[in-house]
Amino acid sequence: MLAMSERIAAAFSRPGRSAALMPYLMAGYPTMADSVEIGRACVEAGADILELGVPYSDPLADGPVIHEAATGALAAGASLSGVLEVARALAPSVPVVLMCYANMVFAPGAHAFAQRLARTGAAGLIVPDLPLEESAPVRDACDAAGIALVPLLAPTSTPERMREIGARARGFLYTVSVVGTTGERAALSDGFAEVVASAKASTEVPVAIGFGIATPEHAAQAAAAGADGVIVGTRLVRAAGEEHPAEAVGTVVGQLAAALRTDR
Amino acid sequence: MSDPVGVAPGAVEHRFGEYGGQFVPETLMPALDELERAWVQAREDARFRSELALLLRDYAGRPTPLYQARRLSERLGRAVYLKREDLNHTGSHKLNNALGQCLLARRMGKRRIIAETGAGQHGVATATACALLDLDCVIYMGEQDTIRQRPNVQRMRLLGAEVRPVTAGARTLKEATSQAIRDWVASVADTHYVIGSVVGPAPYPAMVRDLQRVIGDEARAQILEREGRLPERVIACVGGGSNALGIFTAFLDDPEVQLVGVEAGGEGIDTPRHGAPLTVGGRPGILHGARSAVMQDEEGQIVEAHSISAGLDYPGTGPQHAHLRDTGRARYVAVTDREALDAFAQLTRLEGIIPALETAHAIAWTLARGEGELDLICLSGRGDKDLAEVLALEEQGGAGRPGDVGRTRDAGTPAAGAQDDAQLSAGERAAGGSRTDARHE
Repeated sequence: MLAMSERIAAAFSRPGRSAALMPYLMAGYPTMADSVEIGRACVEAGADILELGVPYSDPLADGPVIHEAATGALAAGASLSGVLEVARALAPSVPVVLMCYANMVFAPGAHAFAQRLARTGAAGLIVPDLPLEESAPVRDACDAAGIALVPLLAPTSTPERMREIGARARGFLYTVSVVGTTGERAALSDGFAEVVASAKASTEVPVAIGFGIATPEHAAQAAAAGADGVIVGTRLVRAAGEEHPAEAVGTVVGQLAAALRTDR
Repeated sequence: MSDPVGVAPGAVEHRFGEYGGQFVPETLMPALDELERAWVQAREDARFRSELALLLRDYAGRPTPLYQARRLSERLGRAVYLKREDLNHTGSHKLNNALGQCLLARRMGKRRIIAETGAGQHGVATATACALLDLDCVIYMGEQDTIRQRPNVQRMRLLGAEVRPVTAGARTLKEATSQAIRDWVASVADTHYVIGSVVGPAPYPAMVRDLQRVIGDEARAQILEREGRLPERVIACVGGGSNALGIFTAFLDDPEVQLVGVEAGGEGIDTPRHGAPLTVGGRPGILHGARSAVMQDEEGQIVEAHSISAGLDYPGTGPQHAHLRDTGRARYVAVTDREALDAFAQLTRLEGIIPALETAHAIAWTLARGEGELDLICLSGRGDKDLAEVLALEEQGGAGRPGDVGRTRDAGTPAAGAQDDAQLSAGERAAGGSRTDARHE
């Protein structure tokens, strides 16, 4: 049952990179078929891990771009089965980590959800509204299914919380770089290097940073600050809204990958 | 002077049976801890308690009267008492909670206040408390609700609040709450989020209940003084459920008192267009940070609620209500839009009291009960805000015939509900249809 965690660990230690590149895509946006193509384009352009968002009616941690993409995907008929088919199609070529809000995880029961996810070949699960206090049943279910339950850390987390969250992290520690929802920002926040440093001090798993990282410069800065992985979401979801989604996303991922290359 | 805060000794409850909890992004967790600590300190601090008690007395006008509805009692052949929260300053019970939370925010050094609102009653109460305490105030309100509750939008703006219409989804209370939470995720350092009902992540459901329990504490003493006995039934409308828990709490340990929560039946609980998650039942879900009764689909997507009353147009409810339902201590029923409109008209003409459309749901259920000797209804708010909408519907022939006693539905009798619907005339169906259209103009 350690295979998936090992697969994630391997993705963080590929040679020639200052940090793993972890694109986020909203499954079903603009269509499920596009999502598979977008995912493949990401892998070709240098993605190390793919984060696959499950469209949800009430995404509390998301800013307007991802919220709208979720609304659009649901309006187009997106379902969890469809999302899991996207995961199944992409999992052979890249570790897939599902991002799904808590109500959808608990709807069939955490155990059934984790087992179903594991059958697609996905490697991990992120639940953005599942803090430490509520996480035990989902973590147990994921452990049993061989899925890494990736917790989130925020700049507001106290040192004590950071230690507790870091100690229970599986796969990697998703560190939120800003006090806010997902979305592009002009610059990384002032304290972000400190957040990365505290996150790294709190855990033994790799630390990935996300929320607000939009440009190759941001990605390079995050790697320079010591982040083991860089998550880019909103910028790519915006690209997925363009006329040729896979091509548009692939181009941006390529630029981000170039900024993280150490073998140039 | 009555005690403004019901102190439950010991910890603030995070869970009510299997319900409640804190399902929010990690960013907010330290703020919830901070809020809980501040609340525990404040509620035990004599200065905080006396400041709140004085404001409730001299500013809000508490205690609110307990009125025996004369013609309503005569018609029903039993004593019906109304706890007059409509006479609270700003016209609803919402000020009890808003004053308490805004005082707490000031004590915590947070100068910016955000709140969600459906009918606008909580938004008005919060904007009022912010004016009084000189705090910045931003109110999130579904765009649809800014249209159907326009007078309250104007009041909030006059009071100095910024009203931000929310355009996502059905543009009602659910989306307004989600948007307020997103604001708080980004602004948590200097902002307090004044949740308006017994919903949300802990400590909100317990804190809001304790700030609202003054309703029942007063009403219980008042009815004992007047009748020398407790009521047989205590009846209140339930959206999020703050006026209901506010009046229920004082009676929880009186097993002979039946507690009845009346939800929004919308176009019927046998249709998808209602706001009655407690009555309908089904798998619990997570909405706005707590596990509770929630309207959702198979996969766990939250579905849109519907009610003629903006304050009950919400697919979730307070976690303690779900627990009270499961334990059998309270029961939950639903009445339809039509029934609520009928009750609105009846109370207005029988008693000269115009209730909020939310409150009219509790009136409707009581009107349809034949049995009993002594009922206590929480008259949670006044209906001035609803006049334009009700009059527009009346012109379309959709409401307001006195004597058309509402058809009501109890939990667990879907067959009876279906029968009721079958009895609707074509004209009534048409009226229902045009109501929907009117709301989307």
